[in-house]
Amino acid sequence: MKHVFILSALLIMSATALAQLTIEITQGVDDPTKIAVVPIERADGVSMPEDISAIITANLERSGLFEAIPRGNMLAFPRSETEVHFRDWRVLGSEYVLVGEVTEDAGIYRVAYELFDVLGERRIMRRQVVEGSEGQLRTIAHNISDRVYETLTGIRGAFDTQIIYVEVERHDDGTDTFRLMRADADGARPVLLLESSEPILSPVWSPDGRQVAYVSFETTRPAVFVQNLATGEREQVTDFLGLNGSPAWSPDGRHLAVVLSKDGNPEIYTLELATKRMTRVTNHFAIDTEPSWTHDGKGIIFTSNRGGRPQVYRVDLASKRVERLTFQGNYNARGRLTPDGESMVMVHHRDGTFNIAVQELDTGTLRLLTETHLDESPSVAPNGAMLIYSTRYRGRGVLAVVSLDAGTRYYLPSERGEVREPAWSPFFD
Amino acid sequence: MTNNLFKQGLFLTFILAFLAGCTSTDTMDEMDDGAAADRADERGVTTGTADRDRLRTSEDDADAALDTVIYFGFDQATLQPESRALLLAHAERLRNATNNVRVRLEGHTDERGSREYNMALGERRANSVRDFLVLQGVSRDILEVISYGEERPAVRGSSDSAWAQNRRVEIKY
Repeated sequence: MKHVFILSALLIMSATALAQLTIEITQGVDDPTKIAVVPIERADGVSMPEDISAIITANLERSGLFEAIPRGNMLAFPRSETEVHFRDWRVLGSEYVLVGEVTEDAGIYRVAYELFDVLGERRIMRRQVVEGSEGQLRTIAHNISDRVYETLTGIRGAFDTQIIYVEVERHDDGTDTFRLMRADADGARPVLLLESSEPILSPVWSPDGRQVAYVSFETTRPAVFVQNLATGEREQVTDFLGLNGSPAWSPDGRHLAVVLSKDGNPEIYTLELATKRMTRVTNHFAIDTEPSWTHDGKGIIFTSNRGGRPQVYRVDLASKRVERLTFQGNYNARGRLTPDGESMVMVHHRDGTFNIAVQELDTGTLRLLTETHLDESPSVAPNGAMLIYSTRYRGRGVLAVVSLDAGTRYYLPSERGEVREPAWSPFFD
Repeated sequence: MTNNLFKQGLFLTFILAFLAGCTSTDTMDEMDDGAAADRADERGVTTGTADRDRLRTSEDDADAALDTVIYFGFDQATLQPESRALLLAHAERLRNATNNVRVRLEGHTDERGSREYNMALGERRANSVRDFLVLQGVSRDILEVISYGEERPAVRGSSDSAWAQNRRVEIKY
């Protein structure tokens, strides 16, 4: 137990002390939908602790599908249907207008909003009300963003979701500080989940979004831990000789796939969390690692170098039959299925660079989604529209997001240290 | 492709040459532990002489004198021929070591590729070193293998030179 100290395994709500991830959009689609998000403020004129419209605007623009009308160009700030004059918005080229207002009573904020189609001159979302405390105003803004996005695109919004990631700070004396962090999907409101002087890696969400699993070297050896996000309570679930890594939850949340080398070789096992019963899945002298479950819970996709170089395979849990999934290139690793189950995202090596690629399972067609260097750890948003990954930007480890059609991308650079291994949460409902 | 095949062939040749060396040494180990390393050195491995001289001057100095890092090729866990002399020197030291000595073999990779695959690759590298030492008569019980994958680079940066220095096993006494 050298130099190990866990400063906190509890949820520490001190956003000000923690480095924020800030967003830098680098690429968007060619013909985004124009929308006006009118300032949503208090009817009594008291200023708001959060700028709800600005958060919604940033969310919609970051999706790449929308372009917001600048606030300064707006001819009026309507708050409800009677105040909306479509001509004011038509002249600005705006296709849609979102309006709303806030009332506050005893610390509870009620935000009412409605959405209009400018060309059709009609209301397309009737007045909705969402309530919450001051600390929940960002969540309210994300919730409204989700509703607007879904109404206009037909795809469920994933703005009101979160990410977990690992932050590493290298000190001048050669030591490191590893932090497991959780933040909103836009990088705001970072919260410390775990801090250690020894490596933390491979964080993943439970399917219900209430727990995370990760690998921590805090005992000077790798071990898999499960941590409850609400209580901070955590449990070490593996303690074997050799590798203890790559946790992956089964879709029903009852099992964890893990990689252990206790039998001399990295193999995939499933661990039944309630009983701690361990079942061996793979049996090969090569490296088998990076398991991820198929959506029906009947199979696991994993990385293996049994063919000489790392490629992605699928194993059927009942028959143990193994099938190779990737054939293009000499390095494909860490496959994860998209929410529709039709494609797989992975790390792909080509011409000396490591990029994120998506492969259609039916046809085998492979497309590169990124073109930088050292791109890794892709994690798809629960709506399947975007994926978050880690890359290097100006010599530092950063998180980046790209749409599954590769049309939109943005960076979430951290203000402090290196950030990596992002995992996008499921929907929280 | 042809070039690649050629390289692989060349690489295989090295490995075979290396393994041939291992086998003969192993055979001699069975006959006579103490003399085995000596004779192995005579068999065309030239870089070990200086290390051996220092080893003989003083056991204490040997700790400081002996290099403790073994390097590897990209996505490779096979020992390179040039690591042999150094590993033989460590093997001798460990064979002669007192009972309570324990050694940690820490496997590392460069930053390229996925992290958990690298964790497995780092373990493979440390296993290669352990297996070699065991083959040379070192007790397996005193060797502990741990992989840090790409989490603990020796050198920062994303250059070929940084990567080469990070693909390593550190022998920690």
